[in-house]
Amino acid sequence: MRQKPQASLWSGAIALAVATIYLIVLLGAERQAVIIALLIAGIAAVTAGAWLGLFTSVSASFADHEDALGASTIISALAVAAYFYDNHFVLLLVITVLLYSVATLGLNVQFGYAGVLNFAGASFFGIGAYTSAILNDYTAVPHLLVLLIGGLLAALAGSLLLLPVLRTRGHYAAVVTIAFALLFKTFLEVNDVLGGPQGMQVKGMKILGWSFNDNIEIGKLSLSFYMNYLVVSLLLLVGAFVMVRRLERSWIGLNLDALRLDETAANCFGLDVARWKITAFLIGNFLIGIAGALFGMVGGFVAPNNYTFADSLIFVSILLLGGIGNPWGLVIATIIVVVVPEKLQTIQEYRFLLYALMVIAVLLFRPQGLLPRPVRRYFPGWRPWAT
Amino acid sequence: MGNMSDMVGALLEARSLSKHFGGVLALDELNLSVARDEIVGLIGPNGSGKTTFFNVITGIYSADAGQVRFDGADVTNASGRAVYQAGISRTFQHSRLSLPLSIFDNIMIGNHKRLNQGLWFNLVRRDDFRREFEEGYAAARALVEVFEPALADRLFEPIAGLAMIDRRRIEICRALIGAPKLLLLDEPSAGMTHEETAELMNDILLVRDRNKNLSIIIVEHEMGVIERITDRCVVLNFGRKIAEGPYRAVAADPQVQEAYLGAA
Repeated sequence: MRQKPQASLWSGAIALAVATIYLIVLLGAERQAVIIALLIAGIAAVTAGAWLGLFTSVSASFADHEDALGASTIISALAVAAYFYDNHFVLLLVITVLLYSVATLGLNVQFGYAGVLNFAGASFFGIGAYTSAILNDYTAVPHLLVLLIGGLLAALAGSLLLLPVLRTRGHYAAVVTIAFALLFKTFLEVNDVLGGPQGMQVKGMKILGWSFNDNIEIGKLSLSFYMNYLVVSLLLLVGAFVMVRRLERSWIGLNLDALRLDETAANCFGLDVARWKITAFLIGNFLIGIAGALFGMVGGFVAPNNYTFADSLIFVSILLLGGIGNPWGLVIATIIVVVVPEKLQTIQEYRFLLYALMVIAVLLFRPQGLLPRPVRRYFPGWRPWAT
Repeated sequence: MGNMSDMVGALLEARSLSKHFGGVLALDELNLSVARDEIVGLIGPNGSGKTTFFNVITGIYSADAGQVRFDGADVTNASGRAVYQAGISRTFQHSRLSLPLSIFDNIMIGNHKRLNQGLWFNLVRRDDFRREFEEGYAAARALVEVFEPALADRLFEPIAGLAMIDRRRIEICRALIGAPKLLLLDEPSAGMTHEETAELMNDILLVRDRNKNLSIIIVEHEMGVIERITDRCVVLNFGRKIAEGPYRAVAADPQVQEAYLGAA
């Protein structure tokens, strides 16, 4: 058998560099006309690239050199951050992208792999955020530990839903999560300890005496305090990405796919369907909860209105747009969904309309999302051998 | 054969197995046993309870009465998982492969009991996982090569692009990779031409020649297949056993002919 040669690293690296520069220009643009022109140019470039088949070699490059290109992506993110080192607004936007990506990765484990729809993503995100609020304000628990506890509490709260999710299938399970999202918001609003409808302040992060809410002074240079949070968020995303990737590329990922596609057949081949559904649901909520806990500290403020059913729908629409089951697609989709409405002030008020249109367009024209999930590759660059 | 199987004990033994759906008796006090190394054909008109028998054995339905013993243990109403762990694998009448997944993935689903399912092993000990993955690849490839060497080079392509006969082959590979003691084949020839069916049966016989400890129950409408590969046949009608014996004997049985052709 002739082996397919390894794809070149360069096409992936060049695509990444172009995307990074484009993102920097877009994030730096101020005038609405310029931003609109940039967005149109971006869409045109991607469409033309797809027409010319440029992306085949890019995706082959990412498939074979995922580790090297993953590391390059981290450097790209740091380059974007470094370019906007004193720009609070842009850095907060980048942090939002990073943490929303972590949350949608969690949702992806639940829905993309195990097939468990979760329309309460924002609620679990909120559980993490409220955990930071309470623990940072009233206790001296170390803040990195608070992140972990936020994740664990989200997973724990999610286990309330396990029984109905396991007993019901498909749409019915989804309805249960919607009910949870509505209940959660009401619970926050009537609960005075949690600040009621006004919400509560969250103390900023502090690690070993290093306060995250102070600007960083290096000589004459003053970096935005958001740089602290950005580094931690990036580390969190990298960790979550690697774990979700490994999960997919393991027997567990195979189990989840098998039970999503055919529960009866999976059961006939010894799969413990309930065990794996529970595992996926808990891991997903854990990731969403950690992201929420950090996001609470970043924003410095939590309120019931930030964790509504509509916000959960944003998470789900990111999943649909990116390509269900494809972590790279999710990151790209998060960038689009978070950055575009923030930069396009003119459509801010219509953002939900925009999301709705986008989801409809995706479902109609590209139901697999921007980056459809490829067949499982257990190890990047691995080639089957002949016997 | 009868004396032999009494001596070593039958591999599978169903006693007075009954299952009804509403007022319909799908299985009516069925007694059926399979000896080690035996290939048994399960035949009968549509709706006579053949697939129901498979579904009761593999935990999809639960029996209303009766007992099933397998390899010395009571597996009556055991879960699908437990039955698989005990050594029974099956294929389905309507192919139940996972179409978006690769050939390799589909086959490895059948290897579940031999794969390390630990979170730590799968997520962190990637070198050990890689070793197990490569062993799995070698085993899957070797198995597929018996059926169709051309498929062995396509293990990482999705099932969705395969022809019906290749899907059947992969479904049988999925059932065989876990080295079951008993294989239940539910109409493997459905949707295939005569030539394809003959080819597939050659493959099955070849696989059985390679591992002598495999018993098979095959549900099939192609009587040519039944005649060629079975040691013994059991004929069902309305959930009841109406005849049993070598194919030629049961085919000549007037009761069997009546069941198939209707009362004369």
